[in-house]
Amino acid sequence: MSAVPLSWYLILSAILFVLGVAGFLYRRNLITMFMSIELMLNAVNLSFVAFSYQFQRVDGHIYTFFVMVVAAAEAAVGLAIILTVFNNRGSLQVDDVDSLKH
Amino acid sequence: MYLLWLIPSLPLAGFLINGLAGRRFPRGVVNLVAVGPVVLSLLWVVRVLAALGPLETPHAERYFTWFESGAMRVVFELAVDRLTAVMLLVVTGVGLLIHIYATGYMAHEGGYYRFFAFLNLFLFFMLVLVLANNFLVMFVGWEGVGLSSYLLIGFYFRRRSATTAANKAFIVNRIGDFGFSLAMLLLLVRFGTLEFPKVFAAASSLPVEHSAGALTAVCLLLLVGAAGKSAQVPLHVWLPDAMEGPTPVSALIHAATMVTAGVYMVARSAPLFVKAPLAMEAVALTGLVTAVLAATIGLAQHDIKKVFAYSTVSQLGYMFLALGSGAFAAGIFHVVTHAFFKALLFLGAGSVIHALGGEQDLRRMGGLRKKIPLTFATLVCAAVAIAGVPPFSGFHSKDGILLAAYHHAPWMYWVGVATAGMTAFYVFRAIFLAFFGESRGDHQPHESPRSMTLPLAALALLSLGGGYIPVPRWLEPLFPRLEVGHALALVFVSVAAGLAGIGLAWLFYVARPGLADRVAGALGIFYKAAANKYFVDEIYHAAVVRPVISGSRSLLWRVMDVAIIDGMVNAVGRRALGVGGVLRLLQSGNIRSYAAWVALGAVLLLAALGLAGGAS
Repeated sequence: MSAVPLSWYLILSAILFVLGVAGFLYRRNLITMFMSIELMLNAVNLSFVAFSYQFQRVDGHIYTFFVMVVAAAEAAVGLAIILTVFNNRGSLQVDDVDSLKH
Repeated sequence: MYLLWLIPSLPLAGFLINGLAGRRFPRGVVNLVAVGPVVLSLLWVVRVLAALGPLETPHAERYFTWFESGAMRVVFELAVDRLTAVMLLVVTGVGLLIHIYATGYMAHEGGYYRFFAFLNLFLFFMLVLVLANNFLVMFVGWEGVGLSSYLLIGFYFRRRSATTAANKAFIVNRIGDFGFSLAMLLLLVRFGTLEFPKVFAAASSLPVEHSAGALTAVCLLLLVGAAGKSAQVPLHVWLPDAMEGPTPVSALIHAATMVTAGVYMVARSAPLFVKAPLAMEAVALTGLVTAVLAATIGLAQHDIKKVFAYSTVSQLGYMFLALGSGAFAAGIFHVVTHAFFKALLFLGAGSVIHALGGEQDLRRMGGLRKKIPLTFATLVCAAVAIAGVPPFSGFHSKDGILLAAYHHAPWMYWVGVATAGMTAFYVFRAIFLAFFGESRGDHQPHESPRSMTLPLAALALLSLGGGYIPVPRWLEPLFPRLEVGHALALVFVSVAAGLAGIGLAWLFYVARPGLADRVAGALGIFYKAAANKYFVDEIYHAAVVRPVISGSRSLLWRVMDVAIIDGMVNAVGRRALGVGGVLRLLQSGNIRSYAAWVALGAVLLLAALGLAGGAS
């Protein structure tokens, strides 16, 4: 079990995080962006859990649960917002949502 | 305690009541509020003086500490000594007569309550000035009389010339006040206090300064202050213009009381001046030059008030001559008699102007002797007094001054005598032009009301008999003794000069009319110079006023204000606008660009942390 070193987890976590950031920056679909955010959150969760296991302490688990709770709440609110946006505009293109500026 | 503070406070109350509510009062109530406090004030002065008796030592009353700063402590203190007693009686007495006169003179004027409010305010400050027991409290009164003078000169504020004259008086006085405040600072540095008794006690233990020193500097600065207030050359230019004010104001402020404040101040500071002979010489010279110049200008004026205004300047010069010659008591004596006869001259002139419905030009008067006999009679009383005809009041005081001047320097006496001759000439010229000959105007003169003629009569009695009030003897213990003897020949000469002036005026303007114009023509350039007041106003305009205005326009306005100050403010605004224009681009409304900035920021933070943490 202990064959997998900590650094591998961290590298995987970093890769997932960067994927999330890149997805958020480059995709225009609101749903995709939303999924990218979830990806970033889970990448962070992974590093928390890995550290928690490495140091045999419970703090990382607790943080992870917090993040999951917040993510769930965020998903509920965020999806509702996305739905409303789609209902009003018939589009999920994020660049169209700029009425505050224009 | 004799409640000295009550003396100035009563007119102050009159000022407040009339000033705040006078608009709604009927005229009778305004009169009561204006004249009543002056009567009470005079009665209180008399009561206090009667209770204090011979005043061998000054009586001082401390009220409260005005302010403290470091070692300096200024106490609000009023005091009465013999000098103050004389001034108090003159100010409240003549002030009362002029208040009564003004109720008649101003009857047809708008702003009636405002006029009396200001007049009461003036009395308040004047009484503070003479009662003060330290230089700073005196300065309060000093500035206050300047303020009320300004307000009253500009009383007819719709007339441009009146507001200009008011500004001129105020600004020229500023120069004098600047000298006064510098003198106070020097005194503070030198003696650490501004209280009269302490300063004078400290000064009297100092040696006489035969070359210039601190006391000389103080006294010269005080002289600058006195010259401003008392219209001495070269700061005399404001007083003739001040005649724009109503005539009772000219009589009270610009003849009888306020303009003598400078004389009073120098006499009050006599213990300083006697230690500084150079400053004394400067005082005497200033006075003499003023007396001569103003008298020659007075010869060639056509406005009756202007004639008397230059006469005032000239007589003030006489007083300074007395002070500078060391005859402080004679100077104050002349203040008193001058207050009587000059106030009377002005009030009489006012009565003439009133009778002619506002006419002031001597060339359009004439033949008024029969029409307004009472005014004529009182004006003649004033004229013989100022001309120095014995035994009337002007003779006694002028006599003292000229004797002292002879004792000081004989040439000053001779110049003074010549001035006395001119004085007699121009005063009688005004009288002859106004009252004799044929009427040269188309007016229907009428004698003035009782409220105006009664003060005239009272002042006429004082002008005739005022010389027998023993002011010099009363003041003697206050000042250093001056042994001048009593040279009968000198008295004869000065009286002869006065009589010659009167005779000449008679010859020129009654016996041989037309002669005056020929003489003026013969004198040519001298006459023109005198008629144009030696172009002093024009010189000041070219040398001071215009450079200040053009300097303000080109340097202060266009460079300092527009280019530098506005430029700085505008540059800050423009820069903020430019920076905002750039920052505006960040606010694109594009979610992904915000996200990119956040990501960039996070990367930069991490990089910074990595660099900082790399060392540990």
